[in-house]
Amino acid sequence: MLDVALTHRFGPKGFALDAAFTSPTPGVTVVFGPSGCGKSTLLVAVAGLLRPQSGRVELDGTLLLDTATRLIVPPEKRRCGVVFQDARLFPHLSVETNLRYGLRRAPRGAEGPGFEEVVALLGIAHLLHRRPAALSGGERQRVALGRALLSRPHILLMDEPLAALDAPRRAEVLPFLARVRERFRLPILYVTHALDEVDQLADHLVLMEAGRVQAAGPLEDLSTRTDLPLLTARRDGGAVLSCTLLDHDPARGLSRLGFAGGDLRVPLREEAIGTALRMRVRARDVSVAITEPKGLSVQNILPATLESIGPAAPHEAMLRLRLGNAILLSRVTADAVARLELHPGQPLWALVKSAAFSPAASAESAP
Amino acid sequence: MLLTPEEWEAVRLSLSVALRSVAFSLPPAVLAAWLLARGRFPGRALLDALVHLPLVLPPVVVGWLLLVTFGLHGPVGALLNEWFGIRLVFTTAGASLATAVMSFPLIVRAVRLSLDAVDPGLEAAARSLGAGPLDRFVTVTLPLILPGILSGTITAFAAGLGEFGAVITFASNIPGETQTLPLAIYSATQTPGGEATAAKLATISFILAVAGLLLAEFAGRRLSLLLGRLPR
Repeated sequence: MLDVALTHRFGPKGFALDAAFTSPTPGVTVVFGPSGCGKSTLLVAVAGLLRPQSGRVELDGTLLLDTATRLIVPPEKRRCGVVFQDARLFPHLSVETNLRYGLRRAPRGAEGPGFEEVVALLGIAHLLHRRPAALSGGERQRVALGRALLSRPHILLMDEPLAALDAPRRAEVLPFLARVRERFRLPILYVTHALDEVDQLADHLVLMEAGRVQAAGPLEDLSTRTDLPLLTARRDGGAVLSCTLLDHDPARGLSRLGFAGGDLRVPLREEAIGTALRMRVRARDVSVAITEPKGLSVQNILPATLESIGPAAPHEAMLRLRLGNAILLSRVTADAVARLELHPGQPLWALVKSAAFSPAASAESAP
Repeated sequence: MLLTPEEWEAVRLSLSVALRSVAFSLPPAVLAAWLLARGRFPGRALLDALVHLPLVLPPVVVGWLLLVTFGLHGPVGALLNEWFGIRLVFTTAGASLATAVMSFPLIVRAVRLSLDAVDPGLEAAARSLGAGPLDRFVTVTLPLILPGILSGTITAFAAGLGEFGAVITFASNIPGETQTLPLAIYSATQTPGGEATAAKLATISFILAVAGLLLAEFAGRRLSLLLGRLPR
């Protein structure tokens, strides 16, 4: 369990942070919010590199900070592995010496992944004898991630580790982050303003705006709430579904995913059958019909019940649809709501094009 | 170019005094630079001014202040003489002290410039990886400011070879003891028929100064490359 409560004000009229959340460990807690919302401040305060005016940080029963009892564990004793946006590799040391920097300073007996294992996992074996100046941005972030992992941390703190990279480099590093998440049962606190990173990594989501926590909870739950404009007002907002890959149909070029509310046909996936996948069904890609439609190109036509109608943009409405135990969001015009006389409790058909899940479409949605 | 033994003695003494002055002022200069670049404490502006004082004061005034402080009847000089039997006035050690005080700001400035160029984020990263204050300084900060330390040291050494005012005021002009190159040149110009000696010594001064500056530049660049600060 990671328990964080912090207040800090920069100057008498400056930015004020007043944030508290609790998240399960191990697992990835993503702190998501627009630039300047205080999420990075929150992270450096957990690392101890910023001393908040008041607050309490507890990780798995160990207090790292409690201003009420004047307990302040210095950052070098907190055992938080930090991955900074700008990597911060030591320029005068080789990649290997950088990687071993934290390892050499970890207490005897501290357990964690071995050097060879981390190097292999991150694919940086060929870089060991280079200097950081000779690395690409993506390589630098992988080395920084390895260096943090090897310091035998109790938690990994990542401060927008992909934000300084261009799109191809991001695509290069993101799978490694996912691998680290799968392989090591470490608590991870991950700060970002990119929704695709949230979808790939988050178990638990903390939404921040203007220094405050707007909502916190499992990603799937938050993604279907209509009262969180930070998530749903975005062009790429929509419900996130936990799916299992059921089968492939190479002849039709489709794969079938099972989720709590039925099946979803998506463009052919590369993963093995049985793989757990997380799919974001963007609200703008979901339409509704009051009778079962026939003769459509749309592959997914699912029976649903309209739970509620909320506001979206001007002249638009956000429909919350229940499919079995799952929820989908649909973004429609206010005119459609009036024309079809939509009302809560009404049985509907939810329509989702398979092509909405093609990889090209999701790449476009990256900010 | 043939030098008389007395002239050689002046060259040797200059090198020795400059070397000792640098060895003496380097550690406190690095400390002062670190305090000025990273420290947040009351009196920082005062320390800054104090460090730079030798740059703007007439060297003779610096020599006089040293004489007042470290002279046999000065507050510090009297104690040194009484407790340890150390006499600074009119000795080579005194000449080195005067030179050290004069070149102190040169080293501080060079070190501080390179400290300002070190990303404090690197020190924060080292901290998060478990490095304590001294560990961080030795393994991260110090290697990164080596070029500044080196170029500051060489510049201070080259400048120290030619320190005149403070040395002649505090340590006097004693051949073989405190008569460094510039003092020997001065004496030569005051002696009838000393023009040839003055010219020879002036040439040597010139060569040493230029060599020092070139070496400082070269060593700084080399080190920066080695430390990965500049792209290869």
